[in-house]
Amino acid sequence: MRHTLDVRVSPYAYVAPFFLLFCAFGLFPLVYTAWVSLHEWTLLSDTQEFIGLGNYATLLADGYFWNATFNTLSIGVLSTVPQLALAIWLAHLLNRRLRFQTLFRIALLLPNVTSVVAVVVIFSQLFGRDFGMINWILGWFGAGHVDWAAGTATSHIALSVMIMWRWTGYNALIFLAAMQAVPRELYEAATIDGAANFTQLRKITIPMIRPTIIFVVIVSTIGAMQIIAEPMLFGQSSGGGGGIATGGPDRQFQTLALFVYENGFANSTLDFGYASAASWLMFVAVVVVAGINFLITRRVRGGLV
Amino acid sequence: MRLRYLTLTAVAFFSAFPLYYSVVVASRHNSALAEVPPPLIPGGNFFANVARVFDTVPFGLALANSFIVSGSIAVAVMFFSTLAGFAFAKLKFRGRNVMLLITVATMMVPAQLGIIPLYMLMVKLEWTGTNYALIVPALVNAFGVFFMTQYLSRALPTELLEAGRVDGCSTWGLFWHVVLPAARPAAAVLGMLTFMSAWNDYFWPLVVLTPDNPTVQVALSTLASGYVNDYVLGLAGTAIGTLPLVAVFALFGKQIIGGIMQGAVKG
Repeated sequence: MRHTLDVRVSPYAYVAPFFLLFCAFGLFPLVYTAWVSLHEWTLLSDTQEFIGLGNYATLLADGYFWNATFNTLSIGVLSTVPQLALAIWLAHLLNRRLRFQTLFRIALLLPNVTSVVAVVVIFSQLFGRDFGMINWILGWFGAGHVDWAAGTATSHIALSVMIMWRWTGYNALIFLAAMQAVPRELYEAATIDGAANFTQLRKITIPMIRPTIIFVVIVSTIGAMQIIAEPMLFGQSSGGGGGIATGGPDRQFQTLALFVYENGFANSTLDFGYASAASWLMFVAVVVVAGINFLITRRVRGGLV
Repeated sequence: MRLRYLTLTAVAFFSAFPLYYSVVVASRHNSALAEVPPPLIPGGNFFANVARVFDTVPFGLALANSFIVSGSIAVAVMFFSTLAGFAFAKLKFRGRNVMLLITVATMMVPAQLGIIPLYMLMVKLEWTGTNYALIVPALVNAFGVFFMTQYLSRALPTELLEAGRVDGCSTWGLFWHVVLPAARPAAAVLGMLTFMSAWNDYFWPLVVLTPDNPTVQVALSTLASGYVNDYVLGLAGTAIGTLPLVAVFALFGKQIIGGIMQGAVKG
């Protein structure tokens, strides 16, 4: 009798910690965000007044919200599209018998082990206006001193470079793992038929690893829509002024997640209701964009690159 | 073929150079930054700069906090993930497949969007400003559970478990005497991955902690946010906050990469 109970109940007890923790610290906050967003709710006030969709109405008329939406999409596209193309190509290069294979893989993953704070501090120096190494190199080609953090386009490029530097190698390894499962004979047959290297990548590799590509695209999209630490730290350490949460003095690189942070934690009002409404709209945006990307990637057959 | 090596070497160079250059700057004086061409080899100022880091922010406390938080999270994730992975991989129970599917699906949930209620919860629990706020929500995660499920269903022979049953082991006894020893290689990789990501976590610690009781990453961001741009100070902090991790990674890189690539094949 005790034995049956043990066999029946134990499995549920063993998986319970994960589900309990996820419900308490993952699911509950997400759902409760919707409830908070329907209220006039600040950290400091004792009462919360129900205002229906009032926060959402204010939000849709808030120019800063749309600015943050544009910045998020712009940085998202600039950082993700070249990154994934490059990652597939690098994985393709590594998917051979190579000397120093392990060394190359370690070097590729090194940026991913570096913390986001370290990445932004280092690259803020490299992208420095007066003494940055990147401007110094650009100087050889006659380019003037670019004030990377100051412009909309230039700051988006700088942030995208940081994101790419940190994530390209990681994604390349994930693609490589998938590529190693592709049967060798396919490539041998293609080589006999005289198919060039690039053709093999396009006609064999990419169709064969499509599930992994879909997976990586979705995960990267979800990640890109939530970018916050990079613009936050870039605003601090590029020295352009404007505070920790504005994404530059002109909000030229404030992302949606940073907008949420500004309203919930950095403003003097600590407006949880308003920030929650923005969070919830962001959630909708994540689902929509991830869904669109899923449909696009699923339709792509041979010609992704 | 030669092009392949050339390309990969260039990529490896671009991966490593920013880290190298940060050490170069961290070992110099601020005035060296204005030099043309920029300095490319380390100078002799590193330890003086590190001393300044410790004078500017409570970096010793930050290191201690980061070790406690990342270490506790890593141990807990290894334990609870192996436990759940054992159930999913080797035990029969109703709803198993659905629950595993839900577990994998939760990896897609953009959890950061619940940050405001999570913070309110921490205020209610009176955990703001303490390491509990960092440790408790991270005790186990979907990636760990999935990772150990994958490993155990492949690497743990069912006969071993059956033999244990015949010897009169309870389910817990099986876990303790058979599963845990068998899970060690994968659990070690999971532990290192978890430690690294906990060590590097920035946003949540920034929200719930205060600058006088920071983790390494929060202390680093305080260093970098000074009104005077003291790059040398920021990069010296970055170097001592990052190098331990890079060293661990260089030593166990092969295993860690193997772990990431195994965990990735899910499609």
